[in-house]
Amino acid sequence: MAEQALTGGSDPHPALFDAVLELADDHLILGHRLSEWCGHAPMLEEDLALPNMALDLIGTARTLYDYAARQEGKGRGEDDLAFLRVEREYRNLLICERPNGDFAQTMLRQLYFAAVMEPYWAAAVDSPDAVIRGVAGKAVKEMAYHVRHAGEWVIRLGDGTDESAARMRAAVAELHRFTGELFEESTASAALVEGGVLPARGDLRGPWDRVIGMVFAEAGLEVPEVPFPQTGGRRGLHGEALGHLLAEMQYLQRAYPGATW
Amino acid sequence: MYSQGLIGADGATEETPEFLARFQARIDAEEKIEPNDAMPEGYRRTLVRQIGQHAHSEIVGMLPEGNWITRAPSLKRKAALLAKVQDEGGHGLYLYAAAETLGVSREQMTEELLSGKAKYSSIFNYPTLSWADIGVIGWLVDGAAIMNQIPLCRCSYGPYARAMIRICKEESFHQRQGYEIVMTLARGTPAQKEMAQDALNRWWWPSLMMFGPSDADSQHSDQSMRWKIKRFTNDELRQKFIDATVPQAEFLGLSVPDPELRWNEAKGGYDHGPIDWDEFWRVVKGGGQMNVDRIRDRKKAWDEGAWVREAALAHAEKRAARKAALAAE
Repeated sequence: MAEQALTGGSDPHPALFDAVLELADDHLILGHRLSEWCGHAPMLEEDLALPNMALDLIGTARTLYDYAARQEGKGRGEDDLAFLRVEREYRNLLICERPNGDFAQTMLRQLYFAAVMEPYWAAAVDSPDAVIRGVAGKAVKEMAYHVRHAGEWVIRLGDGTDESAARMRAAVAELHRFTGELFEESTASAALVEGGVLPARGDLRGPWDRVIGMVFAEAGLEVPEVPFPQTGGRRGLHGEALGHLLAEMQYLQRAYPGATW
Repeated sequence: MYSQGLIGADGATEETPEFLARFQARIDAEEKIEPNDAMPEGYRRTLVRQIGQHAHSEIVGMLPEGNWITRAPSLKRKAALLAKVQDEGGHGLYLYAAAETLGVSREQMTEELLSGKAKYSSIFNYPTLSWADIGVIGWLVDGAAIMNQIPLCRCSYGPYARAMIRICKEESFHQRQGYEIVMTLARGTPAQKEMAQDALNRWWWPSLMMFGPSDADSQHSDQSMRWKIKRFTNDELRQKFIDATVPQAEFLGLSVPDPELRWNEAKGGYDHGPIDWDEFWRVVKGGGQMNVDRIRDRKKAWDEGAWVREAALAHAEKRAARKAALAAE
């Protein structure tokens, strides 16, 4: 077992728990956001594509929560981690929790996230940790698809009509300030990067810039200056939207403590 | 679901008796009718109506279940529900494609749904009030849909029959999944069991209504039966559904909300109490609690998505023009 190779046995590994939890939270929260579209998309094809992408993200989150829970060694499971932590304990990137906005914002958010996670998982396929390797092998293909799907939409909308171009520019103005955080290392992840278990986020900047540059060039969009970058998700310092998301998502587990579903 | 598609269907044809006899002979020989084959106008119209209403039911049906995606109680349930609702959208897509083979576009069908001209299954005009509704919808509503749809896999119109084969496989998976949700609740805490019973109480009668009016009141059934669009009557299918479902409820320790339900040894099936057809017709005609909301939600998604669809089209045209300009250089 790879986790044994890392931890020298089945002892809890706090840094690995924290770092894996961060990744799991990113995927669950963004997957939840995408799932909000189901049945309300601009066309039937997107009513299929958006839940598909949500399922990819939630699937990855489940594997990661399960792994994190085993690292923690306190008998918690995936649902305890997802449904019984409060806002300040959530560690997701701020961009993942941003409300869906219009279709332009949803697609741009997806592109920003997937364009960082594709090279992330591509680097993680060589991790000495077997679980991370396994997740990476599957997720890298999914993220490549998300980049393509979301990237094509950003181009269509940026290039399409006056209205769609204006909405796309508004989406960039709204979301770009959250992208700096994509490349920050937390204390927990830094420890894992050092051991070669997780890829260094700083290395992802170049590939991300290239993808965004290519898409924006075709879409007729400009990469904006960001005077006030926003960060804090990894320390549990979220926006106000996350609390509402969690209140909704966690409702049944909170209303009926201890029940099995 | 599909039998409601026949309400008010006009199967009148103007073709010659010889043409109709030749067509009927193909049907009687169990030949599949394909898109380019000659067919009576009434056959075509009946199918467009039925397949369109079936497609609309899948699309509108995404809403009541979608209502619980963001509140599903575990990650496993969340993923399963999301996948299920996505399947419904997929069914809508194949069915619209099947209807398009009869010469009607998806846009046209969508407009008819949004304007209220086309109907969808009345079951989706009831609200989903608890998590147990998600289980009971899978168990009863998908269960009733399967009873209706299995015979449609042998429908005389080829594209519809073939679409139904795949749809039935997925529906049958949904039905088992729904039953498993209800079983988990029925074996859970007293509050969960109560939630399950309450959902069964609310969904039982509307599920029986899904098979459509009694045979005595279903005037268009005969022609559809002769054309093998339909192979069993509404009452036959309803009876099969009740006979299959009552033992499943008993196994869960839940009570079917019909004091007159009795096993009838002589007919080898259950007798049931009277169905409130006034309620059925009220909901079909737009008077259910959710009729207005369902169409408003679909219309909102469609209207708010207009700029996206226009942009996709504009981009495709610009792209083609740029390509043509490059080729001309």
